Amino acid sequence: MSELFTQSAIIAVVAGGIRLAVPLLIASLGETYGQRSGVLNLGVDGIMLLGAFGGYYAVLKTGSPWIGLMVGVAVGIIMGLVSALMAVTLKAVQGISGIGVFLFGLGMSDLLFQKWVGTPRPITKFPKLDVPGLSDIPWLGEMLFQHSVVIYVAFAAIPFSMWVINKTTFGMNIRAVGENPEAADSLGVSVPRIRWATVTIGGTLAGVAGAILAIDLGIFQQNITNAQGFIAIALVYFGAWRPLGIMLGSLLYGLINALVLQMKVLEIIPPDWSDIAAMTPAVITILALVVVASRFQPPSALTKPFTRGA
Amino acid sequence: MRRKFVWLAVFAAFALIASACGGDDEVDVSDFRVAIVAPSASNDLAFTQSIVDAVAAMGISPAVTDGTFVVEDAAAAIRGYAAEGYDLVIAHGSQYGGSLEEIAQEFPEVAFAWGTAADTFGLDNVYAYEAASDEGGYVMGVMAAELSQTGNIGVVGPIEVGDAKLYVDGFLAGARSGGANATPSYTGSFSDVALASETAQAFASQDVDVLSGTAQMVVGAVGVANDEGILWFGTQANQTELAPDIVVASQVYHWEVVLEDIIAKVQDGQLGGETYKITLDNGGLVIEYNDAFDLPSDVKDKADEAIEGIKDGSISTS
Amino acid sequence: MSLEDVRRRRILAYSVPILAVVGALIIGTIMLIALGADPMKGISRLFSGAFGSGNALTETALKATPLLFVGVGITIAFRANVINIGGEGQIVAGGLLSTIVALNAPDMGPFVMIPLVLLAGLLGGAIWGAIPGALKAYFGVNEILSTIMLNVVAVQLMNYLLRGPLIDPLEIERGTRIPQTQRLVESADLPRLFGSGRFHIGPLIAVLAAVVAYIVLWRTPLGYRIRAVGQNKDAARYAGIPVKRTIVLALTMSGALCGLAGAVLVFGSESHRMVTDGSTAGFTGNAGFNGIVAALFGGLHPLWTVPASFLFGGLLVGGLSLQRAVQVPSALILALNGLVVIFVVSSERFRKRLLEQPPEVIEDGDGSKSVEVTEDSGPPGRDGPPEDHIPGDDS
Repeated sequence: MSELFTQSAIIAVVAGGIRLAVPLLIASLGETYGQRSGVLNLGVDGIMLLGAFGGYYAVLKTGSPWIGLMVGVAVGIIMGLVSALMAVTLKAVQGISGIGVFLFGLGMSDLLFQKWVGTPRPITKFPKLDVPGLSDIPWLGEMLFQHSVVIYVAFAAIPFSMWVINKTTFGMNIRAVGENPEAADSLGVSVPRIRWATVTIGGTLAGVAGAILAIDLGIFQQNITNAQGFIAIALVYFGAWRPLGIMLGSLLYGLINALVLQMKVLEIIPPDWSDIAAMTPAVITILALVVVASRFQPPSALTKPFTRGA
Repeated sequence: MRRKFVWLAVFAAFALIASACGGDDEVDVSDFRVAIVAPSASNDLAFTQSIVDAVAAMGISPAVTDGTFVVEDAAAAIRGYAAEGYDLVIAHGSQYGGSLEEIAQEFPEVAFAWGTAADTFGLDNVYAYEAASDEGGYVMGVMAAELSQTGNIGVVGPIEVGDAKLYVDGFLAGARSGGANATPSYTGSFSDVALASETAQAFASQDVDVLSGTAQMVVGAVGVANDEGILWFGTQANQTELAPDIVVASQVYHWEVVLEDIIAKVQDGQLGGETYKITLDNGGLVIEYNDAFDLPSDVKDKADEAIEGIKDGSISTS
Repeated sequence: MSLEDVRRRRILAYSVPILAVVGALIIGTIMLIALGADPMKGISRLFSGAFGSGNALTETALKATPLLFVGVGITIAFRANVINIGGEGQIVAGGLLSTIVALNAPDMGPFVMIPLVLLAGLLGGAIWGAIPGALKAYFGVNEILSTIMLNVVAVQLMNYLLRGPLIDPLEIERGTRIPQTQRLVESADLPRLFGSGRFHIGPLIAVLAAVVAYIVLWRTPLGYRIRAVGQNKDAARYAGIPVKRTIVLALTMSGALCGLAGAVLVFGSESHRMVTDGSTAGFTGNAGFNGIVAALFGGLHPLWTVPASFLFGGLLVGGLSLQRAVQVPSALILALNGLVVIFVVSSERFRKRLLEQPPEVIEDGDGSKSVEVTEDSGPPGRDGPPEDHIPGDDS
């Protein structure tokens, strides 16, 4: 056990935890916008997969991770619009419509990968950025400031989202629509328009999360997300629909995963227990929520389609 | 209520008519028809790819149902191909065995091959084949120990079962015989690329400078190895393309070696009842080196020594 | 609007999901053409593979069975306004417990073993559903989070047990280490019907479960409580209904049915053992998700989920047949699966619209007009799916 508390191990765990947390963070943040306005989108994993393939393919063809990221954005926007169409205009039952998007994304990304790419080939990853000055701090420098560029941007999205949701009119409208759509409607806020916007934002961020996942791994595989999209949805509840909570939740999940992996590498966890160990992030997340929860209420209109005059 | 049934009847009639308009099945045919049912994608650079490549290498265009990780669906596919009169149906998935046992009895005129496994259920129309992946693992482990400067070696595995466990155990034995400190780490999934990647990172943080791994998720680990300048040994398929700078060698499964024999026997009338193993000795397992990698000749000699030792039985890989 | 018009709108409403499926298949056809496959052959094999022969119908019924179990469970949960996406984990839990029982109980003959293992499956799933239920009711932990997390736990538990304590001793002996149990005791095999075919009693048990669920939901006080809580939690509480306990019960029942699906999957399987490939879907066939869709197809009504599951199961079985016939990657079938769901779910609004009853304008004898609102569907189950209650529409 003493090997775990060495400098290299601790730094590796924190850095690894941050890397694992980022796709979850972004996708979860996106889903938060939608849920805050009252829409549950279960299709996040499917959108992530499509974004991952789109990003991967773009980088494979152009050699530029940034173009890959943009394709991830584009795919996310398209799938976000589709999800919005289903959930807001067609008033599909939330909680089921997303499953279709999930299955479609899973199958389509694999199909395109098999037909357009064939054997997996590695791609260029995002450049790493050592933050000048800060990256030289002992311990913290390596943990926090020597990451790939997108990771910094992802974490910047947290305070940005906090500002949007809490300080802008748009954010106020989102919250109003999520809590009391009838009242918001009577005050002139277009409920469908707000929800279209938030669900599309959610889809966009899911696409981005997928693209970042694939590009930072430098490869694509069938089912590359391995159901992380669902974890991201779960984390929205963990984070109580607040960006800061989302960040803490994703970091918790990522850090525990990284810790478990490090313990396996250090042979603290023997191979016999590797499955039990793989459960721990999930179990700890539930336990953490038991301790923390019931302080926060969900948006009152969550999962309820809105009809004026209904 | 009655109207509802009318609609259902109309739909049913349509379905029956549509199905009657089916027509014959014509898939790509050589005069020996082979079908493959496999759990992952045909381009996974691992398990499934090895069998698809092998059949293709023999000049046969097989019918393939890949990505069938749902065991019940795979059973339906195996049964479907058998019913359509394929000469040889290859059930390329250890988890398909239980279902295959039943299906094979229903189709005594069809030859089946099951991998990776060693059981033919006492039936005379089932062949079984497996890979002695621990052999190549051992040899590459020996090389890894020689090439490692820090003496720390890591192996990334999916779940400790079947072929994966065999390979990992062989590699560890080989590395340890060379005096290295070798550690396995199982991620708990065959498909979680991110976890494989982070496992490699975790190894890197512990001064590991040679890595290996098995299952389709290792592509993530290879990427990290490439970034960190860690050497890589691959298995199941030739992984040189993934990282030409750091891949030293791969143990490639050449199932053709056993398939040739199986197909010849089937054409002769013997539909099953034998088990096969691809080994270094019979050429089914081949260590394919990365030509672009500058492998010191003494390391290669050690590897050849190990290969000879395994072939003549003087070295045990467990 | 005359009675004829009402009837006509009704029929149109029921054909909406079918039209949606057709819409999805049209896109599927385009994709087939893009892949260079023969679409006519493909689509006709889709149907013949699903419904075109006795064997096909058997396969469809067997594929539909877990969908039906899960779907019925979903309808119960949705009635209490709870979303259960933990089906995958609950199926696995039921499969595991029934397997453990079969491995450890003495062979007491089929009349004891079969109900025993099915009950064990029920119990396993019930536990896996009760945990999120209790977490929600007593700790406020959202059930979407806990069910998703428990899905992860279930798959790792399955991997651990099947490659460890429950593994077939022969596997260790042979060194092949396939993560499967030994061939389970024969007395627990689900009996086959219709001669030597593959059809076993699983589908019948599922249909029975649907009937029982219907009876419970609309003919028992418990069912009333579940529906009341789903309609209006506060009103129910005011009326003295124990809301927390009812929610837990609804999730538990939903889980139990999924667990039963797991047991049927194990003991009705051809291999007569439980085997894993490392994922939940390898065992469940994604029934935990597709079952939710089947429930929707059935208008969230247990009895209508029966034909809905059958048709959806047919689509899935037909898809496999299509894949073999035109040799497209299996991934296409999965994408098609998703498209069908998307189309059917999107068409729900039109179906509901058609089932709505506009007020009738009646001409009185003296020439004046009055408006009479006719009551639409009678007690649920009589004339079709109840049109109103989709969870989330009201609190």
